[in-house]
Amino acid sequence: MSGYSITEPSKRQKWVAGLLVTTYALVTMLPLLWVIATGFKSPADSIAYPPKVVFQPSLEGYVNLFTTQTRISPDMEATIAPPQTWYEQIVRDKGMVIAGASRYGQRFLNSVIIGFGSTFFSVFLGTLAAYAFSRFKVPIKDDLLFFILSTRMMPPVAVAIPIYLMYRQLGLSDTHLGMILLYTAVNLSLSVWLLKGFIDEIPLEYEEAALIDGYTRFQAFYKVVLPQAATGIASTAIFCLIFAWNEYAFAVLLTSGTAQTAPPFIPTIIGVGGQDWPAVAAGATIFLLPVMIFTIMLRKHLLRGITFGAVRK
Amino acid sequence: MADKTIDRIARATPPGVAKRVRGLSDRTIAWLFVGPSIFLLLAINIFPLIWTIRLSFTNFRVNRVNAPIKSIGLRNYERILSDPDIWQTMQATAHFLFWTILLQVLIGFTLAYLINKKFKGNDLWTTIIVLPMMLSPAVVGNFWTFLYQPQIGLFNYVVGFFSGIDPSSFSMIGSINLAPWAIVIVDTWMWTPFVMLICLAGLRSIPDSIYEAAEIDRASKWRQFWTLTVPMVLPFLMLAVLFRGIENFKMFDLVVQLTGGGPGSLTTLTSIDLKREAFEKWRTGYASAYAVILFVTVFGMASIYVKALNKVKDR
Repeated sequence: MSGYSITEPSKRQKWVAGLLVTTYALVTMLPLLWVIATGFKSPADSIAYPPKVVFQPSLEGYVNLFTTQTRISPDMEATIAPPQTWYEQIVRDKGMVIAGASRYGQRFLNSVIIGFGSTFFSVFLGTLAAYAFSRFKVPIKDDLLFFILSTRMMPPVAVAIPIYLMYRQLGLSDTHLGMILLYTAVNLSLSVWLLKGFIDEIPLEYEEAALIDGYTRFQAFYKVVLPQAATGIASTAIFCLIFAWNEYAFAVLLTSGTAQTAPPFIPTIIGVGGQDWPAVAAGATIFLLPVMIFTIMLRKHLLRGITFGAVRK
Repeated sequence: MADKTIDRIARATPPGVAKRVRGLSDRTIAWLFVGPSIFLLLAINIFPLIWTIRLSFTNFRVNRVNAPIKSIGLRNYERILSDPDIWQTMQATAHFLFWTILLQVLIGFTLAYLINKKFKGNDLWTTIIVLPMMLSPAVVGNFWTFLYQPQIGLFNYVVGFFSGIDPSSFSMIGSINLAPWAIVIVDTWMWTPFVMLICLAGLRSIPDSIYEAAEIDRASKWRQFWTLTVPMVLPFLMLAVLFRGIENFKMFDLVVQLTGGGPGSLTTLTSIDLKREAFEKWRTGYASAYAVILFVTVFGMASIYVKALNKVKDR
């Protein structure tokens, strides 16, 4: 306990502030909890009125999300084997059989490949560029830095037209590589700016000492500077990953199947009779959960990264 | 900064040592390190931008590969600027920008101010408040359409519960009066935390000693708030407004999923309109001119704004 200070808020102020913020946080959380809960409802419960808070949990939404199904016709009845697993049973109870896997798994995998691939490249290139900007005399440095920042002002839809044409020429349209390159470029501005801030904070004396010890510039960079910048690099990586994970505009305009990520796909999940809300909610939950867990685990770094980026510019 | 760096290294390194420093020269390393990034940005940002500008003077259509590309001068620009539908779209965008920024600044600043009171458990609640901005806008937009369903949606039920209005009597995304507010509510839910975090950074940058001095001068709390807190946070707040302004001007994913631009074209923001011209009507040249106009608008407004921001900072 520190001593009395004029600026320390009173007990009553703390109490009122706590109450208001808690209320806001609970209201914020409600839609998220509702979606997660909907993923575990049966289709009938999901559209019940009034909305059901207490319900019999069901995995039907998840089964519908990951499988495609066919209705059992009378002439099929004699030929099909009885259900072997619990999820086949869930489907059978509705008079259906599993015909195969749905495309959700593939879309999710695409998100993983493109998300992690582009994150790797934007952090790799961003670290190199940030180091050079932080430590060397680069000609027209301020202009280059502003140019890098300005690439973020363009609406994605506006550059999508020529990129679409360019990718078609180069055979990059609807490929993982094409999307990785694109997201790398989009994330570079953020990556360079954030990392330059982190590297600026590492004292020069470390490298000077290394250079005097006979290290080359390059050795000093990867043996001294890189380990010092590790936390900065990690939090930058999370930001790049979250962006690439969540991106929708480029994904919907430039991909049609092979390389399409989950955000354009989730809204297209439709059930047999109308929108299958538990399946949509299950898809959303699986997709949102990694980011939510990341955010909670790394909150200190994430919050610092956001405000840091703001203060720098 | 860099000049100083090199000077310091030169001074710190005795001549005998300098000779022993092996490997590539600093200049080579600098280019080697910056080069790939610049190359990638030129290839995927600047080259397409120049291409867009070139296409904007033509009548090119992507879906007609064999038709020759004809230069038509400024006709695309003339047509856009005289089209009443575009002005309607711009107006919808302006409304959206005005209300989202106003609400996000008011709520975001208030939250930051309250969190700065350092009450117990504020760390946990801050994390929860921040969650929505980490999620995918398209997926968020999609699941809010579920929450907004008139019969079964949670939103209508909660509103009905507290106000006594019949939940099935109104549709947030289907009604002309409510649809614009439906997107304002979701955008505010999602992005208020961003404004809040930046305000919080601003509040934490104010040294306690200033308040102590004001206290000695017997300034009232109210006076301290308006003459100390607000001016000190203002540059941060303006920065948050700049970021939100640019982002919301480009807004696409959330609104596409939420209302699809409807009902009618009521919530068709500029990006959605642009997407239709380019990828549904395939009027590539026309859409390119549209894109250039939008880019110039954002860039111009951002530049003017940054000038004002710098003035506030220098004060």
